[in-house]
Amino acid sequence: MDVFLQQVVNGLSLGAIYALIALGYTMVYGVVELINFAHGDVYTLGSFFSLAILAALGVSGELHGAALLGVVVVTVLAAMLLCGIVGVLIERLAYRRLRNAPRLAPLITAIGMSFILENVMQLWRGPSPVPFPPVIPNPGVTLGGVTVTTKEGLAIVLALGLMVALQLFIANSKLGKAMRATAQDREAAQLMGINVNTTIAATFLIGSALAGAAGFVSGVYYGTTWFFNGFQAGLKAFTAAVLGGIGNIAGAMLGGFSIGLIEAIATQYIPAGAQWSNVVVFSVLVLVLIFRPSGLLGEALPDKV
Amino acid sequence: MRAPEPAFFELRNVRCAFGGLVAVDDLSFALEQNSIVALIGPNGAGKSTVFNLITGIYRATSGTVSFGGRSLAKLGTHQIAALGIARTFQNIRLFAFMSALDNVMTGRHARMQASLADSLLHTPRQRREERRVRERARELLRFVGLERSAGDDAHNLSYGSQRRLEIARALASSPTLLLLDEPAAGMNPREKDDLIALVERIRASGVTIVLVEHDMKLVMGLCERVTVLDQGRKIAEGTPAHVRADPRVIEAYLGASDP
Amino acid sequence: MKGRKPVRALRLGLLAAVLLVVPFADHNNAHVDFLANAGAFVLLALGLNIVVGFAGLLDLGYAAFFAIGSYSYAIFASQQFGLHVPFWIMLFVAAAIAALFGILLGAPTLRLRGDYLAIVTLGFGEIVPQTFLNLAQYTNGPNGIGSLDQPSLFGRPFGFSATPYYYVVLGLIALGIVAARNLQHSRLGRAWMAIREDELAARHMGINATTAKLSAFALGAAFSGVAGVAYAAKLDLVSPDQFGFNVSVLILSMLVLGGMGNVAGVIVGSLVLSFVNSFLLPQASNIAHTAGFTYLDFTNYRFMLYGVILVGMMLLRPAGLLPSAKRRAELEAALTDPALAAHEQTEYEGAHAR
Ligand SMILES: Nc1ncnc2c1ncn2[C@@H]1O[C@H](COP(=O)(O)OP(=O)(O)OP(=O)(O)O)[C@@H](O)[C@H]1O
Ligand SMILES: [Mg+2]
Repeated sequence: MDVFLQQVVNGLSLGAIYALIALGYTMVYGVVELINFAHGDVYTLGSFFSLAILAALGVSGELHGAALLGVVVVTVLAAMLLCGIVGVLIERLAYRRLRNAPRLAPLITAIGMSFILENVMQLWRGPSPVPFPPVIPNPGVTLGGVTVTTKEGLAIVLALGLMVALQLFIANSKLGKAMRATAQDREAAQLMGINVNTTIAATFLIGSALAGAAGFVSGVYYGTTWFFNGFQAGLKAFTAAVLGGIGNIAGAMLGGFSIGLIEAIATQYIPAGAQWSNVVVFSVLVLVLIFRPSGLLGEALPDKV
Repeated sequence: MRAPEPAFFELRNVRCAFGGLVAVDDLSFALEQNSIVALIGPNGAGKSTVFNLITGIYRATSGTVSFGGRSLAKLGTHQIAALGIARTFQNIRLFAFMSALDNVMTGRHARMQASLADSLLHTPRQRREERRVRERARELLRFVGLERSAGDDAHNLSYGSQRRLEIARALASSPTLLLLDEPAAGMNPREKDDLIALVERIRASGVTIVLVEHDMKLVMGLCERVTVLDQGRKIAEGTPAHVRADPRVIEAYLGASDP
Repeated sequence: MKGRKPVRALRLGLLAAVLLVVPFADHNNAHVDFLANAGAFVLLALGLNIVVGFAGLLDLGYAAFFAIGSYSYAIFASQQFGLHVPFWIMLFVAAAIAALFGILLGAPTLRLRGDYLAIVTLGFGEIVPQTFLNLAQYTNGPNGIGSLDQPSLFGRPFGFSATPYYYVVLGLIALGIVAARNLQHSRLGRAWMAIREDELAARHMGINATTAKLSAFALGAAFSGVAGVAYAAKLDLVSPDQFGFNVSVLILSMLVLGGMGNVAGVIVGSLVLSFVNSFLLPQASNIAHTAGFTYLDFTNYRFMLYGVILVGMMLLRPAGLLPSAKRRAELEAALTDPALAAHEQTEYEGAHAR
């Protein structure tokens, strides 16, 4: 039982990372109907940006108290900002021109972008995994045999906080409303005076910023980062977005946590589970797409003819 | 006692809802073979939805659709097409980057025999069939007045030509029931006259036709019977003259759009 | 019009003659070796072109079928299980096995809309090599299976020269071209293109979209299976790291470079990329090294190159270097013409409905 609960905690913290990435997939898909294949790499970029910022701040080991809080806040915000800018640039340079092209064209472009980003990161920080400074002190709280470490707590709290902020933003702000309108019907939104280009750029900005935050969290969580991390994490996060119902913000969170849990529990209970965890996650993707393509929270209606 | 002959085509108590919106509500009508009827009604009345229900794009929430006594409920769109139901689309859906000829040849798909192996090996059988189908496709292009455009990509044709190409493509499968969804939309008066003549010739060749159309002159000139929909319900049915005089129709439809 | 046919036949004959004498004229075995390997990728590109170019289905896990073909040969024609099925028979067996897997993957997933399908195939492409890796008791895991049977013709084994493989691959490519062209101009080929243009309208023509797409998947996979056998036999080794996502993207880049849907373009695209990979990048690195830039190894940036090709071609020349006139019109018109964009949009929506 304790083992199981421990895996639940692990799964939730893993899921927090997937959920943050999944939000970007789901927002972008909701608004421009593109699977932004490079999104996973923006997440990895977030961890490398975080590394650079920590280095610039001269941080290389454990911090405590106000210093810890300050460094975490500064690093997360800076990584989010930088990733957001990268996301906007990618949209502007690569995707915008293809907005009206046959649907496979932007997807193929996104795959190309992913390859480019990965190689840029490889050029920057080399082909091997790079250690991430252990900023956060390790002891956590132990409750009845289950330990929640500080970094796990950070992952979950940060993810939940950002998600609530995002929900509020989309529900209440003018830009959030523009996003929802653009997602529903781009032409109608344009006719109603919404600046579609700005709205789409903002979507990329926010989605990529969230991936940047996830990048920082994952660096702290795993204690290492690697230029190629984004590929698998991206696929899992995409699976999470589909599982929750693509285009649906709450669904992305639900999907993210679910995928984290599935992965953690499969790793524990399937013989040689770690080897097969990817297979399990992809099987989930295929099953969801076949049996409930609208996801857990999506609504299924036939498209108009 | 003999069982009554099944209707050529019949919709019985059909209902179709999207979430909370009821697009078609308890609709029944039957078609006689080789008749030509119109389905009219204001925007959003559910006319196109009826076509989509017939060709299996949407599924009826309840009620039955039957063709020659056979229920279409369990059949896929391609199977329904193979039974002899063909259609055109309100917003033209040609294979835009295929030639007009290839569009019509594709329309013949259901009536062709060539297997995967034939296609792969270009067997003599396959070549003979291709030649026959190409010849027939050219005839159909001539029939709708597009013989000069056989080699042009569909998207390069004028709007009116595209509408006629869609009709030729639909006819390629030798259908017995043809569903035309606003075939005159976007046509100028001359093109409309040509269209009337074309539809009459198709009908003369033995095809049963259902016509969705907003142009009342065209409807009145072509159709023997008219069914009127409003908000998914049938509000009137009968000869054009009869329907035109019906106060409910005037209120719902004629009153609402052009008087 | 009439004079064209003999001219074409003459040109084809000339090309065939040149290709046949290459191994005699060029005694550099490395060149023949390169051509034999590049030929395997031409086969792969021809197969993927059926799926992506003709039917418009983006398969991002195409290398999985290559893996299945290669491993079929390793399992049925080596000491691993003591089975020694002849190479020539294995070409058919592997084609059939790969096609079967194509159907198994396609049957549940082909109803998905295009971009979802792409991701599912990507997942499949990851799962297959991972499975070969994990099932170590049968496949030797990361070490792979080596010492595969040497093919032989009329009792004479191929030996370690690339030349016999060159001829085998050349023959297979010739068959592949004929098959691809025949398919393109047939009932099935038209059905594929109709589905690519507007799946919903295609179904109204009586086209069973599911079986048509399945046959594209199966035929494409069969090409890949055949290429896998030839490639494995020549390399004398299969291992799970030869078939990752990178390989699928490499083949896709070949298509995008040459022009999706265009048989000649796809062949040119794959030859160009193979040449760049095997000669240009290593040569450039050598030059850099002798010039003193020892840290520069351009072969490490192969993947960057694929990325640049995919992005650059899609933005600047979406129909490829050697596009068929038709596809060019399609792809380029959509970039500029909002009416067509609207067409694409409804097309998509239709494909989504069921
Ligand atoms: N796939 C769908 N999902 C949700 N609502 C739909 C769908 N298809 C149709 N509807 C709704 O059903 C109603 C009937 O639409 P339909 O297209 O059948 O009308 P119509 O009579 O053809 O109108 P028009 O003359 O404008 O073509 C409309 O309110 C429409 O919005
Ligand atoms: Mg309509």
